[in-house]
Amino acid sequence: MNDITAAAAPEAARKRHGSLLVQDARTKTRNASETRFRRLGLLAVALGMLALVGLLGSILSNGLSAFKQTYLQVEVFLDPAKLDKTGSGDLAQIAKVSTFGYAPLIQAAMQGAAKEAGVDTSALPAKALGQMVSKEAPATLRNFVLASPEKIGQTVSFSLLANGRIDGYFKGRVTMESAALDRNISPEQLAFADQLKAAGVLETKFNWAFFTAPDASDTRPEAAGLGVAILGSIYMMLIVLCLSLPLGVAASIYLEEFAPKNRFTDLIEVNISNLAAVPSIVFGILGLAIFINLVGLPQSAPIVGGLVLTLMTLPTIIIATRAALKSVPPSIRDAALGVGASKMQSIFHHVLPLAMPGILTGAIIGLAQALGETAPLLLIGMVAFVREYPAGPPEGLFDPAAALPVQVYNWTQRGDPAFVERASGAIIVLLVFLIVMNTAAILLRRKFERRW
Amino acid sequence: MSYAKTAVSAVALFAAATTSAAARDNVQIAGSSTVLPYAAIVAEAFGENFDFPTPVVESGGSGAGRKKLCEGVGENTIDIANSSSKIKQSDIDLCASNGVTEIMEVRIGYDGIVFASDISGPAYAFTPADWHSALAAEVAKDGVLSANTNTTWAEVNSALPAEDILAFVPGTKHGTREVFDDKVIVAGCEENGTFDAHMAANGGDKKAAEKACMQLRTDGKSIDIDGDYTETLARVDANKNGIGVFGLSFYQNNTDKLQVATMGGVVPSVDSISTGEYPVSRPLYFYVKNAHLDVIPGMQAYIEFFVSDEIAGPDGPLAAYGLVSDPELAKTQDMVANRVPMAPLN
Repeated sequence: MNDITAAAAPEAARKRHGSLLVQDARTKTRNASETRFRRLGLLAVALGMLALVGLLGSILSNGLSAFKQTYLQVEVFLDPAKLDKTGSGDLAQIAKVSTFGYAPLIQAAMQGAAKEAGVDTSALPAKALGQMVSKEAPATLRNFVLASPEKIGQTVSFSLLANGRIDGYFKGRVTMESAALDRNISPEQLAFADQLKAAGVLETKFNWAFFTAPDASDTRPEAAGLGVAILGSIYMMLIVLCLSLPLGVAASIYLEEFAPKNRFTDLIEVNISNLAAVPSIVFGILGLAIFINLVGLPQSAPIVGGLVLTLMTLPTIIIATRAALKSVPPSIRDAALGVGASKMQSIFHHVLPLAMPGILTGAIIGLAQALGETAPLLLIGMVAFVREYPAGPPEGLFDPAAALPVQVYNWTQRGDPAFVERASGAIIVLLVFLIVMNTAAILLRRKFERRW
Repeated sequence: MSYAKTAVSAVALFAAATTSAAARDNVQIAGSSTVLPYAAIVAEAFGENFDFPTPVVESGGSGAGRKKLCEGVGENTIDIANSSSKIKQSDIDLCASNGVTEIMEVRIGYDGIVFASDISGPAYAFTPADWHSALAAEVAKDGVLSANTNTTWAEVNSALPAEDILAFVPGTKHGTREVFDDKVIVAGCEENGTFDAHMAANGGDKKAAEKACMQLRTDGKSIDIDGDYTETLARVDANKNGIGVFGLSFYQNNTDKLQVATMGGVVPSVDSISTGEYPVSRPLYFYVKNAHLDVIPGMQAYIEFFVSDEIAGPDGPLAAYGLVSDPELAKTQDMVANRVPMAPLN
């Protein structure tokens, strides 16, 4: 026995004097610091949750109402004196009547609806009645008449959008007090809307148009929808998927399995990691310079957006794929080579299928990132007012389109307060898309992942 | 094997890119965010009433829009630039160097700039001199320039409420700021006598004196807003004594939250701006690349539709949204019909 243990022994012996159930001072401090750390961790989680709840709460409380919309069920008399002055039934003549010519019909229809519902509208001028219907309504009527001109002279039942302010009243955004101060709506109109609702003329329905209708101008927030934006986002994601997955996987297989390890490949590796961290706006500048100015691709088109986002997603996919390939144990490769497979056979028949869950997860996360990206699209003209649906692919890839995050950005800049609701609604749609994609990534990983 | 397929389809995609990038059948517009809502209203109505597709309208600012217009002639460049300020000689030079020689200047109407505060606060009746005295970095007191020490509006003008000065003015990248500087700050500078003091200090150099007038105080009483009017509105909402600078149409859409101040005793409205009584307004334009008129289908029709009486006239949807219609609209209609390019700037 040497001196050290001899010296330590009495120390230890002294410690054991007390009961094991009574903590001494040092144990107490150690336990206290652990408790402190746990509480801090809990606090961090709680703060994070609080921020999330606040964010979701504000988005949901503002945006859920976007999924409901107020419609008016009215009988419109398609007056031949207004729509077909010559009486010839000639479509070219009927088409000459612009949407402005349809406004009196709607005004008359509103008066008719009021009479039928037994509401006294003498307090309201006829023009105020017409204003309660969306400015989108004349276009709805005109499209109907042009599609079936034989209906002129008949009375047809229409479901027309109510004005955004009326819609806001039933969603709690507009009140009698605010209407008194608002030059776009009067309390009398709101009171009349209440009576129409009681009479069943006015009803609130699920807003399918929010998913299918194109964007609308500032004067008709009630008609604005996400149709073009969703289509544009889908097109871009298709391009990103078709380009970045094969390119990224091919690049990673070469780098991981075939490329010699030297300075040059090290340099490439560092550059790929760097590119993954480059701000996305840089890719937008690159896209503008190369794809639009040099190659001459059209502005505002999903093809350019998709190419730019492909560049942005590539590093993410390459890094994820390389990590997935690395995690496949070398014994698999050795066994394949051992039974006489070529290097390529060993990779494509054995390594790649085992790495697939990791690659797919990386690709989906990269796609989700690209789906929410706005900044690079700013520079290639996709932050725009687009009302025409792009055609089906592949020609449609060259037509102008919007994208979901861009639509959110656009709507937050509009003057009419009704667009706040639309923007929050669009955020909810975007979040649902992201949640679905991320869930798919998790499920794929759970289902196919193998642990070694 | 599916990788090979996707790779092939990717190559096919690129091949398609080079072939079908040729014909564009929609009008492309970019530029001022002030003109954007009006252009969107017209584009929407145009798409509804004509067989041509709805034009695509981008925002991004007047200067950026004009620069894009001047990038050259060809289908991957824009056709029309919206602008809330007049085109500059530098833009015209850039255009000329890129082969864009004929540009048509179309004035669509006038836009009023209003000063508004929270609806629950006191009412304000301003003059340009009040604004300069409240916000300028230096004001003249008995002919002597000194740093601005006013903290409440009542100190500036005893007729105003005793509220702390807090103004949200458009940032320098906005076209609105130019008008604000010119028609309010410099005009006020001349009214309250500071201009003369600056003239004396700068040895009679008018440009330097105007520049000195436009120096706003940096002690947090005047805040530049680089975002949109929605941001200004949010700031006024959070600071009840704040006064924001808005476009007339934006104010008209938010009359339940904002109350408008008079300027020089005049309430801003479409009427008072069209008669010229209300002093703070500016013309809005769009610039047309004439070389594209026969190439892009519907472009001529769109321009003519934009300046037609039923759209840009005093009873049209643009006026209803807050645009002050141009009394010389008939002249503009003639010019557009004859495709008269703009004369050189003098």
